Amino acid sequence: MPLTPERKAAVQAAARTVRQDTIRMVHKANSGHIGGPLGMADFMSVLFLEHLDLTAENRHAPDRDRFVLGNGHTCAGYYSLLSQKGLVSRDELLKFRTLGSPLQGHPHRNHDIGIDFSTGSLGNSLSVASGMALAAKKRGWKARVYSTSSDGESQEGQIWEAATSAAHYGLDNLTVLVDFNNIQIDGHMRDVMNVRDLRVKYEAFGWHALDVDGHDVDAVHDALLAAKAETRRPSALICHTVLGKGVSFMEDQPGWHGTPPSDAEAEKALAELAG
Amino acid sequence: MNTETRAPQLAPLAAGPKKSVATRNAYGDALLELGSEREDILVLDADLSGSTKTKAFSKAYPDRFVNLGVAEANMIGTAAGLASQGYTVFASSFAMFASGKAWEQVRQSVCVPQLNVKIAATHAGLTVGEDGKSHQMLEDVTLMRVLPYMKVFVPGDSVEAAECIRVAARTPGPVYIRLSRANTPVVFDASYRFEVGKGALLRDGADLAIAVNGVVVGPALEAAELLAAKGIQARVIDLACVSPIDEALVIAAARDCGAILTVEEHQVNGGLGSAVAEVVGEHHPVPIYRHGMRGEFGQSATAEVLLAHYGLDGAGIAAKAVELLKRKKR
Repeated sequence: MPLTPERKAAVQAAARTVRQDTIRMVHKANSGHIGGPLGMADFMSVLFLEHLDLTAENRHAPDRDRFVLGNGHTCAGYYSLLSQKGLVSRDELLKFRTLGSPLQGHPHRNHDIGIDFSTGSLGNSLSVASGMALAAKKRGWKARVYSTSSDGESQEGQIWEAATSAAHYGLDNLTVLVDFNNIQIDGHMRDVMNVRDLRVKYEAFGWHALDVDGHDVDAVHDALLAAKAETRRPSALICHTVLGKGVSFMEDQPGWHGTPPSDAEAEKALAELAG
Repeated sequence: MNTETRAPQLAPLAAGPKKSVATRNAYGDALLELGSEREDILVLDADLSGSTKTKAFSKAYPDRFVNLGVAEANMIGTAAGLASQGYTVFASSFAMFASGKAWEQVRQSVCVPQLNVKIAATHAGLTVGEDGKSHQMLEDVTLMRVLPYMKVFVPGDSVEAAECIRVAARTPGPVYIRLSRANTPVVFDASYRFEVGKGALLRDGADLAIAVNGVVVGPALEAAELLAAKGIQARVIDLACVSPIDEALVIAAARDCGAILTVEEHQVNGGLGSAVAEVVGEHHPVPIYRHGMRGEFGQSATAEVLLAHYGLDGAGIAAKAVELLKRKKR
């Protein structure tokens, strides 16, 4: 089923809130990552509102869907979505990265607030997500496992170890959404380390792989439906995005990977996001 | 003597003709036994199931065995994912790869979330033998012991190895079990029971203590016999549980014996010797000598030749004990 106009509007509103929350959280903490969450906001909102079966009520259920934020540094946006789903309070969001907060600088496993796994070290999480998907199959659960990754993370060798084993074991209940914004910390990928065509790579590893405009919520929704319909193969959605999307002075700027905004920059960004 | 810290009773030791069994074989047998008792146990391997002895489990319980191929980092990550869904997962490879190549995955994906992953690492230490330094893992206890929440077991023989596996299976959280390829002497009687955080008293004495674990437990007992022939009574304590270590047993050894020789088939830096020295240094300083590998890698030869070459046979250990006694305060 395609997204109805109402649901599409809700997804887009959630994505706008993700962007606003990210700016506020990173500004308040005076540390953290903005560019990634802004770029991922649209496809993450489709996933969390329309596909991922995770609610405040079912968070402790063993057989619900699982989510692993592979590129853990982009967690401000993830935490915003957990908040929007009623798993994290609005007050807690603004304690991001402070002493004692469950909203750590990179995600730490905590089922009370719906965080399924600890991440932050690039390369590790596709193996973990594969293990979760394998567990669901062994237990006969219908649960799906969603993981995010990124173009930069695809430089890690372990991603391709996991890609090999997930295909070998036919984990069709596993979907990885790869944020492809062509930027890594040290600059544009073409200058630092070109990972080339990730769709072709995943296909060569035996996956069902699609290129998607990561800002087109209808296209992302369709791709997630296609992943659900796929049998025998795991799915990789290569989500092409713009780092910093929605705030014009941040877009496609490597400098906004992990730099907090000044008061003036935060104000300017929030004004632009308010439309 | 303060009765509260009195050394425990002697552990039951094997009687009769000496048998020789590899600790990896005990692992394979214990897994089979656990497989029949518990359906929540999964076993993972990285293309070494014949060597690590997980193959019998894979034949008996094919649905509960997962081979990840030659990709140890992915094996540990997959183990973590499976464990996060309620399974107790044994993951096996050679110690070099399970603890070395996959160290960061063990830290980030197993220890940080405190999951039920039991890393049963075989072919540890010099006794891999002819394969040489690339395969003789001599730093794994150091690497694993430093990790929060990780329990580290280094069994001294096949009886203790089987016990370590059974205890690991019922102990929540991450565990590393160091196992060996070579056939080594059976030290314990089958009635011996291993406990987390507890060492075992193998022989009593008060002239000096020998703190030992792993496949050199047998040679340490031989050394004690050689020393006894010279009128030196050594207390021998087995510290198979390196982390958490049995502080009371170590402190009692320091207090009662006044000198401790540690013996391990491992680098002394960070291994059992360091673990004992940390306890003794904080609680009851006495002269210590940490006997094991000191800043060098191994080399190719048979296990027996290597143990003798590096002074880890009975005679070599006894010689180190005699040297240490000269430093003991009278």
